[in-house]
Amino acid sequence: MKGFLRTFLRMITLLAAVSILSFLLLAKSPVDPLTAYVGASSTMSEEAKEEIAEYWGLNDPPLERFLTWAGNTLRGDFGTSIVYKQPVLTVIRERFQYSFVLMITAWICSGLLGFILGILAAVYQDSILDKTIKTICLIFQSAPTFWVGLLMLSIFAVNLGWFPIGLAAPMGKTAAEVTLGERVHHLILPAITLSILGIGKITLYTRQKLLEILNSEFILYARARGESTWQIVRRHGIKNIAIPAVTVQFASFSELFGGIALAESVFSYPGIGSAVTEAGLGGDVPLLLGIAIFSAVFVFAGNLTANILYGVIDPRIREGISHE
Amino acid sequence: MEERQSNPVLQVKDLSISFSMYDQGMAKHDLEVIHQLSLTVRRGEILAVAGSSGSGKSLLAHGILGILPKNAKMEGEMAFCGQKLEPSLLENLRGKEIAFIPQSVEYLDPLMKVGKQVIGRGKKSERIRRQEKMKQVFERYHLEPSAADLYPYQLSGGMARRVLIAGAVLDQPKLMIADEPTPGLQEELARETIQNFRELAEAGCGVLLITHDIDLAMELADRIAVFYGGTILEIAPVEDFSAEGANLRHPYSRAFLQALPQNEFCPIKGSQPYAGNLPKGCLFADRCPYRREGCQEEMEMRALRGGEVRCRYAE
Amino acid sequence: MNKKMDKFWNRKRKTCFVIGVAGAYLILVLAAGLWMSPERYGVDYNAKFTAPCLAHPFGTDQMGRDMFFRSVKGLSNSILIGILASSVSSFIALVFGVTAAIKGGKADGFVNWCVDVCMGIPHLVLLILISFMMGRGGKGVMTAVALTHWPELTRLVRAEVLQIRSAPYVKASYRMGKTRFQAAKEHMIPQVLPVYLIGVVLLFPHAIMHEAAITFLGFGFSAEVPAIGVILSESMKHIATGKWWMAVFPGLMLLLAVVLFDLIGENLKRLLHPNSGNE
Repeated sequence: MKGFLRTFLRMITLLAAVSILSFLLLAKSPVDPLTAYVGASSTMSEEAKEEIAEYWGLNDPPLERFLTWAGNTLRGDFGTSIVYKQPVLTVIRERFQYSFVLMITAWICSGLLGFILGILAAVYQDSILDKTIKTICLIFQSAPTFWVGLLMLSIFAVNLGWFPIGLAAPMGKTAAEVTLGERVHHLILPAITLSILGIGKITLYTRQKLLEILNSEFILYARARGESTWQIVRRHGIKNIAIPAVTVQFASFSELFGGIALAESVFSYPGIGSAVTEAGLGGDVPLLLGIAIFSAVFVFAGNLTANILYGVIDPRIREGISHE
Repeated sequence: MEERQSNPVLQVKDLSISFSMYDQGMAKHDLEVIHQLSLTVRRGEILAVAGSSGSGKSLLAHGILGILPKNAKMEGEMAFCGQKLEPSLLENLRGKEIAFIPQSVEYLDPLMKVGKQVIGRGKKSERIRRQEKMKQVFERYHLEPSAADLYPYQLSGGMARRVLIAGAVLDQPKLMIADEPTPGLQEELARETIQNFRELAEAGCGVLLITHDIDLAMELADRIAVFYGGTILEIAPVEDFSAEGANLRHPYSRAFLQALPQNEFCPIKGSQPYAGNLPKGCLFADRCPYRREGCQEEMEMRALRGGEVRCRYAE
Repeated sequence: MNKKMDKFWNRKRKTCFVIGVAGAYLILVLAAGLWMSPERYGVDYNAKFTAPCLAHPFGTDQMGRDMFFRSVKGLSNSILIGILASSVSSFIALVFGVTAAIKGGKADGFVNWCVDVCMGIPHLVLLILISFMMGRGGKGVMTAVALTHWPELTRLVRAEVLQIRSAPYVKASYRMGKTRFQAAKEHMIPQVLPVYLIGVVLLFPHAIMHEAAITFLGFGFSAEVPAIGVILSESMKHIATGKWWMAVFPGLMLLLAVVLFDLIGENLKRLLHPNSGNE
């Protein structure tokens, strides 16, 4: 329990730091939120502008503004998005629903496929298969996500016409009219793009870990007891590498979030990633702050899950926790 | 004694093991760690291979079991109960006819309960049969049945050792290879382990014991092979090792015994040659007080007075 | 390959060769970009949307600008930013890492906390925030990329210094009366420097990718500047009409640069720690 409490406390300080940092960065920005809100060529009267500024507390000193904002945030009020003219939380919730489906699909695909490829590469170490897998992973790791997305679009949507060019659903249909099939159809390309971003890391990591395990003494013993390579991988390998691999996969939430911003921009997918871009470009400070904090929570949740899972699978750690 | 001699379980002839390595300049070269080694283990006997730590004895065990790492190369011939030991045959024998007792609990999968590891792989029906057997074996080695549900890190040193032995004897092997079975064990446990080995041999199993502990070897083994610089210099009945080795054949074996604390404690000058810079001919020649001209030439193992020796001039 | 060739192409030579070729290519791109006349990628409305051909190997864009020269110029800019980001971030990492390892205690805790905070926000979001603070544009990208690539290297430097500091031979040299400075000169620097240098080289690909990504999203360089991110972002508008070359080639050049920097880093690692790569 002590461990959890410490982790929890650390999370609070981290979140506070992220909030302060984000707020400071945004407060220092020369981008005027008022201009962003009413538009540069607005014909709005000075008084009206002043009224909005007063309402938002833009004329207060930064510290006061921060305290006001922090107080509101703690009460669950993240303010109103300038770009979407809706409460920030509503925007995040709606957008994240789309992103979540996309992320979880890509996350599971890249995780499973990467795990399998990593095992294959390690078992057939130094073979052509291993070299091919390694090379592909290195290229995938170095390929810019948005470029991969553009290639996908160009090949599968434009040239072959297999998939729609963007968005999460056919244009002009209301949410109620969209079928599940249509949603999946729109999901495939961005999900593949995101998977490509993540697969290299998990594959190479799995390969590396399994090689380490295969060189360990207990594998030597298993072989001495007549187990074949695949029996060893099944009985001893998978269990021993699953924890570290899952940990890495959960710890990759940060990259996943970055990837989603890029992939969604390419595919005009209405998720939280394209929202952060639009917020940044539109000078939407409340939304930007909200998403920054949300993303920090998201990353932290990933790391926390990884830590907990570690304990569930490894008996040594499980014992350690229950004794505390 | 007669019966034993006629029944070799394992015959090893001119076994060499080398590794391909990259040196500092990253050039590739071969490093020979075991060099032209020959030995025979007979039915019902304990043969101890004794030599200093880190001289590659464990690799001998791994080589016989065919579980060397990928970059290792093995040459020479081996036979099991008179049958040539091909890799395919070895694969079938490993874990059944040929059992291995590793050094420590480190050789158990840390994430798997020990019972499951002792039972090993196999079909479901086979595993159930082995589980029954495990219960008997556990009882024989004074292990609680509940020990099967423990993870390796939960075992004490003695329990771990007994679990490893239990795993090895489950299938009544014909050949048992044990690598440093006693270090880290208290006197009493070590004695118990020795007793276990004796029982195995009595039951007709050939035991190859690999150890750095000459005292253990002298107490336990029927014959002792003296391991030096990656090969065996002498194989002699254990009786020859008493009386400060007066009956031993090789100058090194005698010097080695005399260097022991309980004997004269007189050290041998120089140090053991290691893989990579072995001298030509007799490996002990540069340290041998009886060195002669012919010692620079290649030397074969030869039979002498009921033992074997790799020395041209031994009498 | 016959045996003689095999001997000549031993690992060391191969490694050096890879580093040499990759380095030469990247320096060539950098130099070509720096000394390129802007006319090379000037506007030519007579040659709009030309598909790749001999005169324009990468084709041209909606204003008839040559994509090959624009890409080279863009990549050259990217490498410049990579150099800037690496020098700033690696300096921060060095100061933070060494301070944390040597001072320990509160300083160590503080540095670790900073690393956690910085890594707690997705990198791209952090880049957007900093770029936003700087009012977007080229300066924003450069600041953002330069200021956010230190956490991992800091951890690396800290771990390395800690390990060497507690190594028996370093402790022994203190006891033999060597001053801190001497010990640092004789043991720390030779041990930490290789790790640090490799870390710096491996920063490059990240910095270049992030620069391109954030520019692509519209936070970086303005549309007139030839940058890979800008080029790809423009190509997005024309991809639906089948102008594939506008995306394929510039992206390929970026990918190649990133792979090559990675390759240099990995090969340096192998060269400086020969035992680690003993597969």
